Amino acid sequence: MSPMNRREGAVRRLLEDAPPSVPPNLHADVVRRGRRMLRRQRAARRLLWLLLFAAAVAFLVWASMARPWVEPPSEVTPPLTGW
Amino acid sequence: MRERQASQGARRAREFEAFVAGAAGRLLHAATLLTAESPDDNPRARRLLTASLAHTYASWDRLRGEDPYDRARQQLAVRFARGAWHQYGALSRLHLRGGADTGGVLHRLTPQERLVLVLLFFEGVAEEQTAALLGLPLERVRAIGARATANLLHPPREAAPAVAKVVPS
Repeated sequence: MSPMNRREGAVRRLLEDAPPSVPPNLHADVVRRGRRMLRRQRAARRLLWLLLFAAAVAFLVWASMARPWVEPPSEVTPPLTGW
Repeated sequence: MRERQASQGARRAREFEAFVAGAAGRLLHAATLLTAESPDDNPRARRLLTASLAHTYASWDRLRGEDPYDRARQQLAVRFARGAWHQYGALSRLHLRGGADTGGVLHRLTPQERLVLVLLFFEGVAEEQTAALLGLPLERVRAIGARATANLLHPPREAAPAVAKVVPS
């Protein structure tokens, strides 16, 4: 066995020493927190979609009122009067 | 349709419970080594583990064949690194030696040395993967691992007590 492997073995043994005991209510805690995380993710996603929808509606309303695609009446040529 | 969803949910819950039962012991041991707490009194390690497993629970349906243990271990490492960062403030402080003896085997090592040591030797993650996970160059991971091993096996001597000797005049 090379000295490197021996050192690694010694480290591994040190690390494996004295495993802690798992608390009995761990699973319940984890599920509770996990559900909360899922709920928050879902709420955040819903909020983003809602914002997107509101922005789209606002844009449509503005566009239908301002009609930016219609050529504005010319402001340079004087109006024809007395013709 | 509703019934099928309910049965799927129940199966999912059973699978997750089995996963926790199988993986929690090992992961808690790793977390306790990371936080350098004593095995009987490890509140920080428990918090880390609960948060990591909760994250695994939340992404259970999106695993797509990925190993949930891998995912949980990754979360544990990332959360520990982030926590150490916040706790010690700046990057340079990440390299501070642990202060008080908290009873853990690794309390003499810096948080970063502990992280590398646990991933390499306790979890048996390959050096390349460890480097990718921690965002460090491969040589750096090797160097930290070697230094941590040396510090663990041959702890440097305690600094001499700072008692000013009064030279009698």
